[in-house]
Amino acid sequence: MTRLGKLALPLGLGFAFLYLPLVLMALFSFNDSRMVTAFTGFSTRWYASLWQDEALMRALFLSLRIAAVSATMATVLGVLAGFALARLGRFRLRGGFAAVMAAPLVMPEVIIGLSLLLLFVAMEAAFGFPAGRGAGTVAIAHATFGAAYVAVVVQARLAELDTVLEEAAMDLGARPWTVFTRITLPLASPAITAGWLLAFTLSLDDLVVASFVSGPGASTLPMVVFSAVRLGLTPELYALATLLVLAVAVGLALAWRLLLRPPRA
Amino acid sequence: MSAQALRRLVLAVPALWMAAFFLAPFAILLTIAFGQVSEGLPPYTPPLRQTPEGWRFVPSAESFALLLEDPFYIEALLRSFRVAAVSAALCLLLGYPMALAIARAPERARMQLLLLVMLPFWTSFLLRITAWIGILQDQGWLNAALLALGVIAEPIPLLYSEFALYLGMTYGYLPFAVLPLYASLSRQDPDLLQAAADLGATPFRAFLQVTLPLSLPGLLAAFLLVFIPAAGEFVIPELLGGPSAQLVGRVLWTEFFQNRDWPLASALALALLVLLVAPIVLLQRRLGGA
Repeated sequence: MTRLGKLALPLGLGFAFLYLPLVLMALFSFNDSRMVTAFTGFSTRWYASLWQDEALMRALFLSLRIAAVSATMATVLGVLAGFALARLGRFRLRGGFAAVMAAPLVMPEVIIGLSLLLLFVAMEAAFGFPAGRGAGTVAIAHATFGAAYVAVVVQARLAELDTVLEEAAMDLGARPWTVFTRITLPLASPAITAGWLLAFTLSLDDLVVASFVSGPGASTLPMVVFSAVRLGLTPELYALATLLVLAVAVGLALAWRLLLRPPRA
Repeated sequence: MSAQALRRLVLAVPALWMAAFFLAPFAILLTIAFGQVSEGLPPYTPPLRQTPEGWRFVPSAESFALLLEDPFYIEALLRSFRVAAVSAALCLLLGYPMALAIARAPERARMQLLLLVMLPFWTSFLLRITAWIGILQDQGWLNAALLALGVIAEPIPLLYSEFALYLGMTYGYLPFAVLPLYASLSRQDPDLLQAAADLGATPFRAFLQVTLPLSLPGLLAAFLLVFIPAAGEFVIPELLGGPSAQLVGRVLWTEFFQNRDWPLASALALALLVLLVAPIVLLQRRLGGA
């Protein structure tokens, strides 16, 4: 503990840097004045007016729907990919498969967004599907990069789990599909839930990719917030940020607990 | 279902999905970059097109020529790489002591501290960057605080500057740097420091000659993990950087959304991608080995 002595200061400063903007926003979301910098009195009216902002609410529900659908698709893809990487041993092009699965984690968003949009446009010209762009194309895009996060989490979890239970089930005559659904999936379920939550959060937070692949009439929450921010700061935005931070904090704490819970063997 | 069939299915579903929605888009990007701008929807003529004489492949290097001729684009690329490198360095400078402190904290506190680092990363990136507008603008909280303290006599322009740009980049990407640094530092054997102390090294010297060199792979991974996404960043230069912060992500956005020049936007994306291939491969080697 004595060694932490001198390091406690940079750690504290680092946390202050990370959290100061969040604290200021939370504080001023309760400000009575429309001025976003001078605190004049306590009020919750910006939360109320947030509730009455129809465009914002529509965007919020659209984003929640897209996030739920894309996180579920990402989880199916990511679980299969994570399982393949952790349990299938060597297979042809394994290195390439692993690299492609992980690539969306670091690929700049503008490249993902633009290239997916061009694909959707080309697909529509060639086969008439998807007809136009909107919530569906955004969900496909989000599922694609969400799958990369789920795969990483699931692969890491499976790699640290002993295969002894799976082998015992095989020895007792269980079919591979039974082993997968009855043994592997339950053992990996904390990682799967955590992966779903991460994919959900990422989808809810994405501005750049959604801006490229969405269509008219399908503005997600970040898209609406972005156009509002360009017009100027309002206390409603601070109230929205505060609510989002709270929601994500709860979700993340949940995901974290699931990941840390020791596997029941 | 046989083991072989299950194996095939497990691999085929994600592999086909990624081929369709991650690899195929790059192939299309490549073709559109050789297309031409035109009126209509979509606003380009692809290089492979139907002509009265049947299908013809007519690539146009127009967009690439424009990229090379107009110094604006090359400068934007160079500026992006410089800003990304400086931001990554700032994240390392700030993140290293944080990661070291967390690695040396009591074991029970480590996970909570890491969670605290990660939490802002997962909460609305856009709104967190927005908060800095409130802090930095002329009537913002920082100017108000400095005026109240008597440090300055009138508000100083902070927003839409290089300072705001680097501040936003460091703020946005700091968690990316702390995690790999922590992973590397927490794996070090504490006995090494004890041995260095027994041999007469001061704590500072032990840090310079033991801890720091052993964490170099972590430093490289952290640098790349910030550098690569930062090089294509759009939101931070757009909201905090002001008109001079023309980074490639923002230029691409403008070409696509305002100028509707899809071939040029594609060529820019391709240029960025080619320049990032080496760092991406290097990072995957690093993380794969860890």
